[in-house]
Amino acid sequence: MFLLLFLLVPMAQVVVVAFQDPNTGAPTLINFVDFFKTSLFQESFINSFYVAAMSVVLSSLFALPLAYFTTRFNFGGALLIQTLGIIPLIMPPFVGAVAMALLFGANGSVNLLLDEWFGFTIPFMEGLNGVIFVESIHYFPFILINLSAALNNIDRAMEESAQNLGASGTRLFRRIVFPLAMPGYVAGAALVFIKVFDDLGTPLLLNINNMLAPQAYLRITSIGISDPMGYVISVILVAFSLLSLWVSLLALRGKDYATLQKGGGGLMRRDLRNWEKIGCYAVVILILLLVLSPHLGLLLLSFGTIWSFSVLPDAYTIDHYVTVFSEASGYITNTLLYAGLAALFDVIIGTGIAYIVWRTGLPGRKWLDYGATAALAVPGVVIGIGYLRTYHGINVPIADQPLASWWVIIVVALTIRRLPYALRACVAALQQVSVMLEEAAENLGATKGRTVWRIVVPLMSGGILAGFVTSFATASVELSATLMLVAVDSDAPLAYGIYEFMQSAAGRGPGAALGVIGVVFVGLGTYISHRIIERGRVTLESTAIVAEGAAA
Amino acid sequence: MTSINTTAAGVEIEDLDVSFGDTHVLKGANLSIEPGEFFAFLGPSGSGKSTLLRAIAGFGPTPSGRILIGGEEVAHLPPWKRNVGMVFQSYALWPHMTVRRNVAFGLEERKLPSREIATRVDAVLEMVGLLDLAERRPAQLSGGQQQRIALARTLVVEPRVLLLDEPLSNLDANLRIQMRRELRELQQKLRLTTIFVTHDQEEANTTSDRMAVLNDGVIQQVGAPMELYDNPANLFVATFLGTANVLKGLVEDTDDGAQFNSVDGVPIPLHTKERGPRSLVFRPQNVAIAPANAPVDSDRVRIAGTVCHMEFLGSIIRYGVSVGADTALVDDQHRRGAPVFAIGDEVNLFLQKDQVTTLKN
Repeated sequence: MFLLLFLLVPMAQVVVVAFQDPNTGAPTLINFVDFFKTSLFQESFINSFYVAAMSVVLSSLFALPLAYFTTRFNFGGALLIQTLGIIPLIMPPFVGAVAMALLFGANGSVNLLLDEWFGFTIPFMEGLNGVIFVESIHYFPFILINLSAALNNIDRAMEESAQNLGASGTRLFRRIVFPLAMPGYVAGAALVFIKVFDDLGTPLLLNINNMLAPQAYLRITSIGISDPMGYVISVILVAFSLLSLWVSLLALRGKDYATLQKGGGGLMRRDLRNWEKIGCYAVVILILLLVLSPHLGLLLLSFGTIWSFSVLPDAYTIDHYVTVFSEASGYITNTLLYAGLAALFDVIIGTGIAYIVWRTGLPGRKWLDYGATAALAVPGVVIGIGYLRTYHGINVPIADQPLASWWVIIVVALTIRRLPYALRACVAALQQVSVMLEEAAENLGATKGRTVWRIVVPLMSGGILAGFVTSFATASVELSATLMLVAVDSDAPLAYGIYEFMQSAAGRGPGAALGVIGVVFVGLGTYISHRIIERGRVTLESTAIVAEGAAA
Repeated sequence: MTSINTTAAGVEIEDLDVSFGDTHVLKGANLSIEPGEFFAFLGPSGSGKSTLLRAIAGFGPTPSGRILIGGEEVAHLPPWKRNVGMVFQSYALWPHMTVRRNVAFGLEERKLPSREIATRVDAVLEMVGLLDLAERRPAQLSGGQQQRIALARTLVVEPRVLLLDEPLSNLDANLRIQMRRELRELQQKLRLTTIFVTHDQEEANTTSDRMAVLNDGVIQQVGAPMELYDNPANLFVATFLGTANVLKGLVEDTDDGAQFNSVDGVPIPLHTKERGPRSLVFRPQNVAIAPANAPVDSDRVRIAGTVCHMEFLGSIIRYGVSVGADTALVDDQHRRGAPVFAIGDEVNLFLQKDQVTTLKN
């Protein structure tokens, strides 16, 4: 019901409007024809596609060495490298964008140093390059995580048999290792593509407007919600998201090699010779420096006084934090409220869906799962536009304002946006609870409801908590949907606040301070959910033994 | 006529030690495997047999000691330069390649002309009888077919030595018996030096010319299967190869020659020159069981005891007979109408002198 109301209906609305003649309301393709005739939109389309594709390429360049070195060689600090490699994900990309501009921009630290020492500069942040650079750094962990998991799952014998038959080095990698890790790579790459294609905050902050998501936002905010172009762009964004999901599914079909077989050993890790080791470490450190630079930059920015045309800030101060806590604490409390509520709804709905899908025979239950997961493919901008269109005419009785501009709609949007994460966590948790444990409870007289409440939910609690934390952390820095839905400044959450601050040169310091707070939020959240999952694993192992013993 | 032309090479292992970190898994192994021999490494899991096999192929931690294949020292060579073929327990067929691509892989790595690769791949697939499945993916094959493809993939490169790591363990019981015959026949046809790792003594007995029994990282005994079964060098080999009764005790001098006294004082007269703490070892099927009042035959070793349990297995009846605190197992051929002992019956066990072995504890 909730899904229907707040995911399917707004989406349908968007699609309908996109295919409607703005004057007569008759179904038509005229809007799409207009879209492709307008040179600005053509350019935007090509730019979005180019940026997304190049980001995949650049992300792969970052992820591949890290994943391969840490999974295949005896490598000191492999765990540290893997952890550091995931850190970029815990900062919304638009937050890093400003810091990146200061570090890598035409007058940024790196180029100032390069110019001083070598007499040339590199246009890292020039136009689309900047978007590609920032997005790659932010999203490459998706490839890193998936690729590392895939590399870890390859049966040692697969590689050993190739060596036994005479293959080694790069040939071994090209012919055996990489093809076997392909499913993981494609999954990660598709995710990067979608995320970059849909991202709104980064291009806006870097002042690149000739891309699709910014165009949709600008059309709706400047021309109004009746302008069809915003909807056309939305449909195209969704279509591309679905398309790349579909392509990745297609690429993966029948290739889900569970190569870890019976009798298969663990990983084969090779010792490195000294010069190889130095080379690998050099590459790894360079990449890590690069991908962690937004965080360093942001930290400097939040403590710096004036930072312009210089390698480092002129002086350091904590004034920005004082400003943030005195003037902008509303953003923080709003964020806690919104993200907390959204995460709570997410795990409740997630647990419900997980139980219905995996434990009942309700017809159409699979569609519930697909529906909830499909939210992943719907860009935040599109959700925002859909809500504006669908609910601007509906008045909320008590608050006496349109539903579309009431703060609760932000919570709803966040809930929908983060539901897939919570759902996956809940499903994973449920799958680890043996059906036999439930049957035992029912056998002893507990009804279905009592069984769920007393047996299933407690056993799932680790996973549910992890789902809550993940949803909370990521919801607290969500920008694209909230940017559309914030009606008054006093209702705005953290991400919106950062965005507002970053618009002006004077606001950068406080903006960065707010950004650091956001990063700490998400970082803590991620850490806590890891701890919960780790702890959960210990208790679940005992359940697994019960389940196995029963199965035997 | 076969399509595979192999030159059999012998394998020499000299003082080979392998450690995983602090765990010493192979301790000073010495072996000499003849060219063209079918040789088995037999042992329980964790005995070091797979480690030894993998060391020959060049996998695992760098060992100390020497490995010679066809007289050439290979311990320092990487796996891809050794030209020893290995069939993995999980077969390790690459799921992203067809059967044909899998089999062609080794030849492609050896940069052979594609025409020759095609001919040799066809020939080896023909040999294992799966030419019509060449375009399939490994996942579409049954376990037995996958096994043959893994074998074909290894044989097509004409390795000097064939290594088989528990190749039959993923097959069901009937197929296992069929495959082990096929393996033996193939090996005989190719006269290829073959090393076979298994924990199943029946597999080792039926396929190999000679075998090495390993335990705890140490080679316990090397020899032909029957020789090891009949003349085990120590208690481990005796009990690992089939069922054996072991009575612990002491061989001492008496007026009538040697006498074995078990730990709890059961005297058994023996004909042996050995003295000192020993174990008396004999197999259940070599024992004759008779009522306590039956005439005593002085040519045979006699052990007195009491029947404590009895299992009817069809062709035989297996008795447990208490001898002091030990229980000896006795397999008695069952014939229709033959008398059966009941639990609690006093009995004498008789053994031919050459069926009793004394081993050091």
